[in-house]
Amino acid sequence: MELPFKPRPASSAPDTQEVLIEGEHTYTSLADKLAAIVENKPPPQWYPVVWIGFLGSLLLLTAAVVTLWKGVGIWGLNQPVAWGFAIMHFVWWIGIGHAGTLISAILVLARQDWRDSLNRITETMTLFAVLAAGLFPILHLGRPENFYWIIPYPNNLGLWPQFKSPLTWDVLAVMTYLTVSTLFLYLGLIPDLALLRERARNPVLRFVYGALSLGWTGSAVHWHRYRAAYVLLAGLATPLVISVHSVVSLDFAYSLIPGWHLTLFPPFFASGAIYSGFAMALTLVIPLRAWYKLEDVITPTHLEWMARILLAAGLGVTYVYVFEFFTGWYSGEPYELGLIKNRVSGPYAPYFWAEMTANVAVLQLLWFPRIRKSVWALFVISIIANVGMWLDRFDIVVMSLNRDFLPSSWQLYFPTFWDWALYIGTLGFYLFGLALFVRFFPPIAIAELLHLLHKKKRHH
Amino acid sequence: MLKGRRRNAIVKALFYGAVSAFAALLLVIFSGAAVGRFDPRPGNPVPQPVPFSHKLHAGELGLDCRYCHAAVEQAAYAGIPPTETCMTCHTQIKTDSPLLEPVRQSWATGEPIRWNRVVQVPDFVYFNHSIHVQKGVGCATCHGPVQEMDVVYMDPQPVRMDPNAQPFQMLFCLNCHRAPERFIRPKEEVFNMSYRPPENQLELGTRLVEAYGIRKEGLTSCSVCHR
Repeated sequence: MELPFKPRPASSAPDTQEVLIEGEHTYTSLADKLAAIVENKPPPQWYPVVWIGFLGSLLLLTAAVVTLWKGVGIWGLNQPVAWGFAIMHFVWWIGIGHAGTLISAILVLARQDWRDSLNRITETMTLFAVLAAGLFPILHLGRPENFYWIIPYPNNLGLWPQFKSPLTWDVLAVMTYLTVSTLFLYLGLIPDLALLRERARNPVLRFVYGALSLGWTGSAVHWHRYRAAYVLLAGLATPLVISVHSVVSLDFAYSLIPGWHLTLFPPFFASGAIYSGFAMALTLVIPLRAWYKLEDVITPTHLEWMARILLAAGLGVTYVYVFEFFTGWYSGEPYELGLIKNRVSGPYAPYFWAEMTANVAVLQLLWFPRIRKSVWALFVISIIANVGMWLDRFDIVVMSLNRDFLPSSWQLYFPTFWDWALYIGTLGFYLFGLALFVRFFPPIAIAELLHLLHKKKRHH
Repeated sequence: MLKGRRRNAIVKALFYGAVSAFAALLLVIFSGAAVGRFDPRPGNPVPQPVPFSHKLHAGELGLDCRYCHAAVEQAAYAGIPPTETCMTCHTQIKTDSPLLEPVRQSWATGEPIRWNRVVQVPDFVYFNHSIHVQKGVGCATCHGPVQEMDVVYMDPQPVRMDPNAQPFQMLFCLNCHRAPERFIRPKEEVFNMSYRPPENQLELGTRLVEAYGIRKEGLTSCSVCHR
């Protein structure tokens, strides 16, 4: 019988997989190499990173305590610009977290093998990014001690939260996101923890890994249920990751401020999240790969695919920039036109043009295969993209608030030392958390890679 | 190291123990501490400089509430009687009682007696006594059987209306503001401390709500109390 389509040549699948694991690896050599990250002493670069992270965390702690003690008045907020660095960084950090869920959930549903060596480290990125993000909504409260009033629980006040507010949804979204991404990370870790338990010489480590691996023996029943749970969680996490950042975007889109009241915001924020998340993933994976000599499992193919997604998501962001301007002009609203003018030539115009350069102009370099294949170029572009997305959050939060309907309430926003301290502090906390995680838990999912190697061998 | 079944049992116990301990902690925080369930004040008499007995004065001697708390029908604050009110009788009665020494001191020096407040709502709550008295809310509905109290305390459950409502907390007020007909009595019974709601309270209450012009729909908006 004639098939209505041409069957794919059998060799195509192994060919694409071949570049995902380089070198001649057996199961043992691969497992040895990946477990060695945790079992051996860390590379020399690890120590300065941990120290910088530790000092940054101390700065975060100081800034948080000072904020709690003295109140949010020590920040640079003012009356029209009542949301400043705190909300910017909340959005920025939440966005960074999204690459992890994208790689671990969406790419699982799409059966992309290249996510296997990236998912663990990016899931960890998600966890610590969400933890960093979660600090801001609480610190940003004038009375943070009453934060639990936003949780719906029966109480003696007869009061419930206002479920019409996107800030209430934020709580539900971020808490669900934190829970699900922690569960996802932990579920993925269980087989690896069992492997580390079996390999551990030190009885204390053996006990800790043994307790954490929950008695995993790797039986067929275990694997069957594990896969089912993993795919189910991936299916749940996919709509979650899209909706979480959409909910965050509604904090803005729900309002009436020109520049915020835009129906494009939910998909815009989601693509911005994927863009900034992949940028951060590249920024972190490139040094990790070099320092831990992981070139075998994080190959140029991985980096190139990440760069392609970075480009795709970045083009989504670019599209929204264009449309923001188009709808602003097309609306004929004086306030929308004023917003455009404020952006391109107002007091914050340099920031706006820097944002456009980073997110639109520099991004286009990723069209060129030579750039995508250059690790150095990718590293630099990923950092520029991170800065670009930071400027994007600044654009959204501050540049829409500082000049809105009434000229009598136009005001510039100047962040203070404590604004910066909190931001730099969360960066330190992020590094600290990641560095400690990498020290005690394998940053590459060993079981996934052994499975990948198995698939590769079977095809040969 | 323990092996096999024994260790499994311990691990399970630890796991479920930790989970239930955490759940219990959350329950305590959210159902208890955060809503004032552990407030020690209700039910406990508050020590006073003079052990003034409402039981004697209001219960046994049968003084009307308004004899001392004179402003309750006209003012937001019901008021605590000044030393002069005490001395209308106590210049003649029990003139050498040691318990009344602070009252005589106050009379002699003009320094007011420092009574300790039993019911104190926060300053962001604006409470008006007169409107409640005028609309048929009896004293005992909120303050409990004061005529039986030797030393005044907050009745832990003055109206038995809701086992979850702590006295003088917001839900306590809202329960009545949402359905005043459950608690309203005829105006002439407001100061009758031994009044018991009749069998047909709902029917009577509905009629009284109508008659006294109580507008239920506006009663739970924030600005009623939090001005």
